[in-house]
Amino acid sequence: MTTTTTARSTEFTTALRQIGALARMEATLLRRNKTALINTIVMAPVLVLLLLPVVDDGAVHAAFGTHLVTLMAAFGLIFVAYYNLTTTVVARREELTLKRLTSGELSPTSVLIGTATPAAAIITGQLILTIAAAAAAFELPLPANPVLVVLALVGGLAVFALLAYASSGMTKTVEAAQLTTLPVIFGTLLASGVTFPLQAMPGPLQQIAELTPLAPVIQLLQTGFLGVDQHGEALTFAQTFTAGLVPVLVLAGWCVLGTLATRRWMRWEPRR
Amino acid sequence: MDTVIRLEDVRRSYGGRPGKGGFEAVRGVNLEVRRGELIALLGTNGAGKTSLLEVIEGIAPATAGQVRVLGKDPFRDRAAVRRRTGIMLQEAGFPAELRVFEMAGTWARTLSRPRPVPEVLAEVGLSHRADVAVKSLSGGERRRLDLALAILGRPEVLFLDEPTTGLDPESRRSTWELIRRMVGEGTTVVLTTHYLDEAEELADRIAIMDRGRIVRSGTAAQIVAEEPAGIGFVLPNSLAPMPGDGPGSVELPPLSGQHRTKPRHHGGVQHTIATRDLQRDLYRLLTWAEHHGLELAELQARSASLEQAFLTIANRGPDHTSAPSTTGSPPADTNRSHTSSVDTGRAAIGSAHRGPADNAPANYPATSPQETSV
Repeated sequence: MTTTTTARSTEFTTALRQIGALARMEATLLRRNKTALINTIVMAPVLVLLLLPVVDDGAVHAAFGTHLVTLMAAFGLIFVAYYNLTTTVVARREELTLKRLTSGELSPTSVLIGTATPAAAIITGQLILTIAAAAAAFELPLPANPVLVVLALVGGLAVFALLAYASSGMTKTVEAAQLTTLPVIFGTLLASGVTFPLQAMPGPLQQIAELTPLAPVIQLLQTGFLGVDQHGEALTFAQTFTAGLVPVLVLAGWCVLGTLATRRWMRWEPRR
Repeated sequence: MDTVIRLEDVRRSYGGRPGKGGFEAVRGVNLEVRRGELIALLGTNGAGKTSLLEVIEGIAPATAGQVRVLGKDPFRDRAAVRRRTGIMLQEAGFPAELRVFEMAGTWARTLSRPRPVPEVLAEVGLSHRADVAVKSLSGGERRRLDLALAILGRPEVLFLDEPTTGLDPESRRSTWELIRRMVGEGTTVVLTTHYLDEAEELADRIAIMDRGRIVRSGTAAQIVAEEPAGIGFVLPNSLAPMPGDGPGSVELPPLSGQHRTKPRHHGGVQHTIATRDLQRDLYRLLTWAEHHGLELAELQARSASLEQAFLTIANRGPDHTSAPSTTGSPPADTNRSHTSSVDTGRAAIGSAHRGPADNAPANYPATSPQETSV
C-alpha cells in the first residue's frame, strides 16, 4: 500500500517536473515569437478596451465590472487558449517536435498539458489583473462564490485547450489556423452571451446557446461574482451552487467531447 | 536472462488488416538481442526497418506477436521501459528558435537520470554550438544533437535509426567511436543503416530485412560466406558461347560455378559466373582463354562481399503477395526495373560486373549455388 502510494507520488512529481520542463521551453519560444506574443498578451486586453464604450450602458457598477471580467475571460480563452494553442500545436507537429517528444519519457498527456501551460498562465494572469482593475475602478465586489469562479476558469481552460488540440488535427499549416479556427471562435463567441445577451434570443436558440462551450464559463463567472442567476435574480450562497450546476455539467460534457475529439483528430506527426 | 530484446512473430500493419486494404510492413519477425550486443538492421527502403524499430521502441504497438524489451512490453509498459532506453528517430525536429543548450536542457529535465548537458554536448562535438539557435545548425549538426538527446538519459538500450545519414566522414567516424564506446560500457544497441560499411564496422550481428521479414542474419562473415564469389568478362558476339549457337562458337571449360550470359547494348556478351571456388574456376577460365587465344574484356574476379549479399536479396524482385501497386500482372521487365529502383547508394557495382542474380527470374533462390552448374 505504502509502496504504491510512494510510486504514485513519485510518478506525479515526475510528471510535474516534465510538464514544467516543457512549459519552460514553450515560454522561451513564446518570448521569441513576436506574432504569438501579440496574440497572447496584447490581443485580449485591447479588444476589451475597444469594447468598453459599447458595453458601458450605464448599468450598475458591479455588473459592469463583472462584464469586464467576463469579456476578458472570453477573449483570453478564445485567442490564447484556443487560437494560439492551435497554432502552437500545429507548429510543433510540422517541425517534428511532437514526434520527438513521443520518443522520450514524457507521456502524451504531459506533453499536452506542458504545451498549454504558458497559455493557461497568461489567461490566469490577465484575469487576475482585470479583476483587480475592475475592483478598483468599478467597485467589483468580492466574488459571491469563488468556487464557481475557479471552476469557470479551470473548466474553460481545459475545454478550449482540448478544442485547440482537436482543431490542430484539421489544420495543415500555422497559417491555415486562421481559417480552421473560425467556426469555433465565432460559434462560441456569438453564443456565449458576452457579445449580446442570450435573453434576447428566441427560446430554443437560447437553450442551444447555453450548451455551447463559452456560455457556461460566462454564466459561472456572473453567478460567481454577483450571486445572481441568468435572469439577474439574487441568489443565496447555497442557491449559487444550484445555479452553477448546469453550467458545470455543460463544461464537463465539453471536456469529455474535447477529449474524444482530441483522440480522434489530433495528430503527432505531419501527414505524408 | 541476459536477453534484452525478444521478439516473437511480430507483425505490424497499416490501414487495417492485410487483404482488407491494409498493408503489412512487418510480417513475422523473430529476434533476440543480448545485453551489450550491437545489432544492425539492413534493408532497402520500404523493407520495414523503421516500422519494426518503432515497435521495439514502443512508439507503435505490434499488430500481432510479442515484444519484450528489458522484460517488459515497450508499448504497454511505456513509462517503465522508456526510463532505460534512448531513441534516435530517423526524422525528428526541434523548435527552430530554441538554442542547442536549451533544447538539450529541456530534454534533460524530462529524464529520470539525465547526464550533465555540457558533457553530452562535448561528446557529440557540439560544445562550441551550444548558444546557436537550432535553425542555424547544419544537417550533420542536427543529427548529432539528435544523438545527444538519445544518449542523455544513460540508456541501457539505444535505438538508432540511420544515425549517420547526412554526416560528413569525420563526424561519421566520431559517431562510430561514440557508439563503440557505449557498447563497450555495456549498452545494447539496435541500429538501422543504409551504409554497409557502417554495419560491417560496428555490428556484432547483422539482420537483413526484406519485405517485412528478416531474411538473413548473422555476423558479416557468416552472411558473406553464404554468397558465391563472382567472375565477369565480355566476349565478342561471334565468339559468344550462347546456348544453341551455331558452329564457330567456343565452349567454356567445365566450371563449378553457375554461368549466365547477357547481350550488351554496344555489342558483345556479358558473362558472369557465380562460384564457390573462385580460384579454381578462374584458373580454368584463364587457361581456356589462353589456349584459344581469347581476350576476356573487362575481366573481374571478386570474392563475395556484404554488399553483394545485400544486393542479391534486394534484387530478388517484388513479392507478389505484398506488391503495393498491384494492377494485374507485373510488367515483363519487373526484375530489371526493380533492380534499378533499389537504393544501392554507395554499394553500386561497376557496370561491367553485376550481381550474379541480375538475370535471374523473380523467384531465383539467392543461396543455392550448388543447384546448377555449367
